[in-house]
Amino acid sequence: MKKSFKDRLQAWDSGQFELGDALVRETDGRRPPEKEEDVSWAHVPVGRVSQVERRLFRVLYPVLAGLLALVMIAFLLFVVEQLPAFGDALSPANSSEVIKRYIASGLTETGAVNIVAGIILDYRAFDTLGESHVLFTAAIVVFILLLAETELPDKPSDRRILMDDLIFKKTAFFLSPFILLFGTYVILNGHLGPGGGFSGGALIGAGLILVSMAFGPRVSGRIVALKSYRRIVLVSLLFYSLAKGYSFFCGANGLHTIFRPGTPGRIFSAGLILPLNIAVGLVVACTMFGFYSLFTRESV
Amino acid sequence: MSFFLNFPLFIIILSLMTAVTSSLLKEKAARVLTLALAAVAAVLNLLTLAYTAAEGKSFTYLMGHYPHPWGNELKFGILEPLFAAAFAAVLFLSVLGGKKQLDQKLEHSKGRFYYVLCDLVLVSLTALVYTNDIFTGYVFIEICTLSSCGLLLIRQNGRTILASVRYMMFSLIGSGLFLFGVIFLYSLTGHLLLPNLKESIAVLNASGERRLPLLAAVSLITIGISVKSGLAPFHLWMADTYGAALPSSSGILSGLVSKGYAFFLIKLVFDAFGPAFFYTSGVQNILFAFGVLGILLGSVGALRENNIFRMNAYSSAAQIGYIYMGIGLSATMGIEAALFQILTHALTKPAIFLASAGLSDSAGGAKKFHNLQGTGFMNPFAGVSFSFEAFSMIGLPFTMGFISKYLFGMAAFDSTHNKMIPTLIALALSTILNTLYFARTILRIYNTPENGGTVRVPIRQQKNFFIAGSLFALANLFFGIFARPFIAFLADGLRIF
Repeated sequence: MKKSFKDRLQAWDSGQFELGDALVRETDGRRPPEKEEDVSWAHVPVGRVSQVERRLFRVLYPVLAGLLALVMIAFLLFVVEQLPAFGDALSPANSSEVIKRYIASGLTETGAVNIVAGIILDYRAFDTLGESHVLFTAAIVVFILLLAETELPDKPSDRRILMDDLIFKKTAFFLSPFILLFGTYVILNGHLGPGGGFSGGALIGAGLILVSMAFGPRVSGRIVALKSYRRIVLVSLLFYSLAKGYSFFCGANGLHTIFRPGTPGRIFSAGLILPLNIAVGLVVACTMFGFYSLFTRESV
Repeated sequence: MSFFLNFPLFIIILSLMTAVTSSLLKEKAARVLTLALAAVAAVLNLLTLAYTAAEGKSFTYLMGHYPHPWGNELKFGILEPLFAAAFAAVLFLSVLGGKKQLDQKLEHSKGRFYYVLCDLVLVSLTALVYTNDIFTGYVFIEICTLSSCGLLLIRQNGRTILASVRYMMFSLIGSGLFLFGVIFLYSLTGHLLLPNLKESIAVLNASGERRLPLLAAVSLITIGISVKSGLAPFHLWMADTYGAALPSSSGILSGLVSKGYAFFLIKLVFDAFGPAFFYTSGVQNILFAFGVLGILLGSVGALRENNIFRMNAYSSAAQIGYIYMGIGLSATMGIEAALFQILTHALTKPAIFLASAGLSDSAGGAKKFHNLQGTGFMNPFAGVSFSFEAFSMIGLPFTMGFISKYLFGMAAFDSTHNKMIPTLIALALSTILNTLYFARTILRIYNTPENGGTVRVPIRQQKNFFIAGSLFALANLFFGIFARPFIAFLADGLRIF
């Protein structure tokens, strides 16, 4: 039946008809639900799509997406090829005043033997402050996601199978103290050599996960009680914000901070860098272990 | 140095600490803290604004002991505190106005995380607006992306998971392109701080060396940011996203997050790329073209929709098209119009989402137009609020929408011929389309309901929404009526940007 323009306009105005209807027929008989809360409808597109269109989409989409990706790759490679060569001593990134000062006076200005630690925790500390809160944000979002499913799967998980594995348990028994110790060393040594909060924290987090995988949460809980993870993250981040806020405030107002570079090479030197490395390390370790616990459904 | 200049730092540190603390608090306490934080941030930003406006110049603020090009910095004149204050105020009103839905629809075990994410959105927007360093910008873009996905995910049903995955994909593509651009710029110039980038880019541009990588870097950054804002043809996630989320989340995402990115782009154009380079690079023409496309696609999309929230989402896509059209038009009047449009949309769209939620709730959660018949009578305040904000979107006089369309028109006359005609046509067409779909909505909600539902939602049952909706409308009228001095103020800000 052919409808006049006026009929269609009236139908549209009353909201009983979408303009798209005139173009696309609904063929599979499944109308989208009135209540969008229905989870089982999540995969059904809201607009009405015909079978032909769906089939066309299934073929065309991967082809076009692949083509687009190829074009993008070619373009980016072409551009990269025209950039200053990597490792070229005369390229702007390697010869600008920025990098020169970092290398020439990084040690005296920040007190950190490890220039990278000096850059990320002193020269560009605001970035790192943001970066550690990126971790926090990610942890919160994962928490929101995983908190939803309340019923636990009753089947034996992979962890249970691992826990019965004697070789794994013994290896973990001998390895984990060294991993934890090495992680602590990397964090505490962050201003003196390669390392720092992010890498050391990742090591400690991995060590804790290993202990928890091998011996179950009860044993890993003996190292740090499960409930205190969130408090540790909280205190570390608050300390980080406060310490850096104080340092930024002093810097901007031309005041001297109470933190001194000290004697480079000593463990208690480089001002705020050591405490900040510890804070970052704790945040990273706890976030990693927290993710693991969430995915294995132990509450943190 | 005046003490007033410290306030941006205080806001950033305070919001980070509030976010972290709120993650251990009860839902109610977290909400109170978020509202207090947003209010304090708005006031402190306004105090900074009062100082910088009186001084009439812009300031750099060291984040540490090292000036650019070595250490992180903030930089602000008039526009930065103004927009940061506006964003904080809109966040306050969006959370306040959506309190009823937040109470009803949030799972209480997760309630506090919602407010943690609101705090994080606030801190990332503030840092994006104030920063003088392109990589700091990237870090806070990351926080903004993650926390806005969280704002969607917090209400878990099929649609929101799908929508947030889609949103995440687009947003991450945008972040990735942006990061590529930053890497290219760094290896071309060796700098990350905006003033040094600007100098180096000017030198590179004058010498004509490495033209292609430079253009590639600038266009990747520009495109990355515009994909994140939802510029057409990358606007399709919006309908799903805003259609399924809580009204406060929709308001924050459409009114603030996409606007924060747009403001950051404007800041980059002026402080990092330099208008002289950007407006001869050709990238501005791409932005202009896609802006115009966005206006048309968004409006047509809204016209086709049968669901009030999805219609609002498409209308957002059109409004974002305006902003990018303005950025593409010209460095002076075009940008002024774009800045005014950012404020217009930030003050209008959250109110529309709140009002739509009020209407939809009074019809038992219905979203389709034929189920919304007569809801304007059932929830009178939501009806009035929706109609007023719709008038502003259409661009009736005395509203901000009118002023922003007027500014776009003037900017079009000021620009070259080949941009003037498309701008004017896009303005005219989109006004007609806006009128069509908003008038249809208003007609629906004031139509006598078929089943004669007479449940009334008086104002005293929705005090928070009443306060937020009225403040949104009053602000809209205020800036719509006293537009001339305000535009002069914006122009002053742009001069010292």
